[in-house]
Amino acid sequence: MTDQLANYSLIAVYSAIAVYALAFILFTLDLSRRSVEATRAADRREQAAVAEASGGGTAVLVRPAEPEPRPAPRYLRVAIALTWLAWIIHLAAAIARGVAAGRVPWANMFEFSLSATAVIIGVFLLAQFWQDLRYLGAFITGLVTVWLGVGVVGFYVVVAPLQPALQSVWLVIHIIVAVLGTAFYALGAGLSVLQLLRTRRANGGLPRARFLDTIPGPGQLEDLAYRLIVVGFVFWTFTLIAGAIWANAAWGRYWGWDTKEVWTFVVWVLFAGYIHARATRGWRGTRSAWLAIIGFSAVLFNFTIVNVFFKGLHAYSGL
Amino acid sequence: MSRSRSEPTLSDPARPSDHFDQVEDGASPAGPSLGPLGWARWIWRQLTSMRTALVLLLLLALGAVPGSLFPQRSADPNGVVQYFRNRPDIAPVMDALQLFDVYSSVWFSAIYLLLFVSLIGCIIPRIRHHLKAMRTRPPRTPARLERLDHHLVEQFVVPADADRSEELSRIIGVAEQQLRGSLYRVQRYDGRGAWSVSAERGYLRETGNLVFHAALVGVLVSVLAASGFTYTGQRVVVEGTTFVNTLSDYSSFNPGRFVDTAALQPYSLTLDSFDVTYEMPGSPGAGQAGNFAAHVTIREPGQTTERSETVRVNGPVSFGGERIYLLGNGYAPTITVRDAEGAVVYQESQPFLPQDSMMTSLGIIKVPDGLPEQVGLVGFFYPTRGVLDTGASASVYPALVNPIVTFNVFAGSLGIDDGTPRSVYTLDTSGMTQLTGADTGVAGIELRPGESAELPNGWGTVTFEDISDNDAASEPVRRFASLQIQRDSGAPWVLLFAALATAGLITGLLVPRRRIWVKAIATDPYPGGLLARIEYAGLARGEDPQLASVVQRIRDDHLAALATELPNDAAKENTP
Repeated sequence: MTDQLANYSLIAVYSAIAVYALAFILFTLDLSRRSVEATRAADRREQAAVAEASGGGTAVLVRPAEPEPRPAPRYLRVAIALTWLAWIIHLAAAIARGVAAGRVPWANMFEFSLSATAVIIGVFLLAQFWQDLRYLGAFITGLVTVWLGVGVVGFYVVVAPLQPALQSVWLVIHIIVAVLGTAFYALGAGLSVLQLLRTRRANGGLPRARFLDTIPGPGQLEDLAYRLIVVGFVFWTFTLIAGAIWANAAWGRYWGWDTKEVWTFVVWVLFAGYIHARATRGWRGTRSAWLAIIGFSAVLFNFTIVNVFFKGLHAYSGL
Repeated sequence: MSRSRSEPTLSDPARPSDHFDQVEDGASPAGPSLGPLGWARWIWRQLTSMRTALVLLLLLALGAVPGSLFPQRSADPNGVVQYFRNRPDIAPVMDALQLFDVYSSVWFSAIYLLLFVSLIGCIIPRIRHHLKAMRTRPPRTPARLERLDHHLVEQFVVPADADRSEELSRIIGVAEQQLRGSLYRVQRYDGRGAWSVSAERGYLRETGNLVFHAALVGVLVSVLAASGFTYTGQRVVVEGTTFVNTLSDYSSFNPGRFVDTAALQPYSLTLDSFDVTYEMPGSPGAGQAGNFAAHVTIREPGQTTERSETVRVNGPVSFGGERIYLLGNGYAPTITVRDAEGAVVYQESQPFLPQDSMMTSLGIIKVPDGLPEQVGLVGFFYPTRGVLDTGASASVYPALVNPIVTFNVFAGSLGIDDGTPRSVYTLDTSGMTQLTGADTGVAGIELRPGESAELPNGWGTVTFEDISDNDAASEPVRRFASLQIQRDSGAPWVLLFAALATAGLITGLLVPRRRIWVKAIATDPYPGGLLARIEYAGLARGEDPQLASVVQRIRDDHLAALATELPNDAAKENTP
């Protein structure tokens, strides 16, 4: 029964990877399509700017022309639909794995990869109801496809019972908030990458990346990234505190500079730096975007390199 | 984002001058002409600037990294010893750079202390300013609201027969009521041909911000203050034996500077039994422990009642301010050594330290007296012995299925006669001769429970006792538990400040702080009355992505309220 469920889960993971890969291709095609459409969009914006300028300071009725909503092209609509489909398969895989193991599906690196990527996609999809972030699709589905692929190939372990050190309610709390923090950081970092590209194009670089003209400007990307990262930072703070409470119960101290603790702290400080950078003259913009990217790289480093190659108490990869 | 660089009333004097919201004053004092006081002020301003805080934060992140690359004495002392052994050439250099004690190093301490000085220097003026701001009314309405990024204008016609000033005052009064109802703090500024309400909300943002930073200081102070009174001790307790809470009974003890080690809480703790379950062979995770439970009895002097407790992983036992943790476990085979005449010269249940997850364990037996020479036995214990592909023995399952102990015998000097303290878990063989195993040509000793073997040279015998023979034990080998006993009175304070910091963080980041102005100005004559202009403007103080829509909503609500309240008095005019 357990083996069978775990096998179904694994098949679902492979299917989800395939569908995510397909969605990634379509998101990328959409970006290249945008480059073709970019010229038309530029014209529209020029007209809007003219209208705004002629409005002056007193007229009531003349308001800046709303940017004409671009009807979602077929590629993008299909890519989003595929991402939803893959996510449902993905969730089924995570749930089957959890049922097979009789516990939360994030007790080793494979399961963590499975659940963390599910949350990243979930946050990405649900964020669409708040803001149109579909232009991040290629970044997010690409990241998740690779992460899940590495998880299955490099980190897969069979279902095994929890070791005593992990038998704690904090396994649920500590990891959920860590994963949520990771998901918000991932979206923020993706936006920061686009912000850098967008800035570069605005300064005359990247002549062929015309799709960048179809996404929001660098200032707006930065605002969106900031708002997502701030939420991620709150979750990350919870992660640190929940981890410390758990460590105090399991290891007899709340903080011991274990390698994983060190890197979680480093990530926290980097994003604290990001938040300060945004409020510091001369650091807003490109520099703070780099900090967001470095911070998220540290999150990935913390999960992969630190877990596998560094010696420490958080040795739960199951490898 | 709405920022105005030129309105002097809009910037916040208590903030560092390079804060994004601050007006660049261009007159930063610098230069060699400054006196000592001027220099001190200049250095202080540099230290409390945003840029310095940011650089110190990034340095802190960078400075923490080496602690994960090099073994730390605090977390992994054996790793440090090993590093010295493997890299004797560079290890002293690394040590001189304090790379094995990163988190107590001079340079790491310098970074975080400077950071906290900068933080305190930054928040104290801001706390003072904020306390004042919370008591003062919202500031005077700026003369030119149209310079703000979020600015909307509507026009009204005030009928000729109406009292102009009463009418406009009433219109602003409606906005004032609405803003107050939305929890804004409001202040009317009427006069000189303009009627306006100035409103501000979100003081909680700055409060949260300040609470967050102050709570971080609280966390640091709690950690530093408590470290002097914290102690941690480790002790290995074999089943059936008792540990007394005195310094001499610990195998290692790390007291803070102010701990009175002579006055530890008096109690004794007996390990009655140690339970462990392992996953069955052949199942996934075979040999992995399912649960550990150390059943202990705690007795206090002068009290007849005993407390029976179970210490588990993740489940420490609290006892009078101390917490008892289960950190590890293993086997303690009972070994008896007899001399040639059969007299017992050694009998102990000696803990053997596990070397791998299948509990292949290493232990040392030291017999200083009673035999012709001092004898040391280097033993391996295998709860379930198997043979690896390499031909070496190893335990293949952690429970007692096929328990075997093997010994190699060394004779000579144990190195303890001069009083040098020696670990009971290592044998210094430099002054000893190996008598069995390796190149000696004599096979090592191998024993199952209940078996005995001759020592070399006819010196006597060694026996692996089967304790299930003669006492109530159900297993042939005793187990031990490795317990950690600690007191950390600072931990609740750290938790309290961490919780405060989180609460402050959430309000400081997510509560928007903004100023809103609604202003009415009578302008030109108009057919049938006078044209009045109503302006709505908003200013974000800190991040406020919703501001544009908030200004719009305030405008819409205001217009809707006017439409119901003033259907005839003032007709809204959309076409100027």
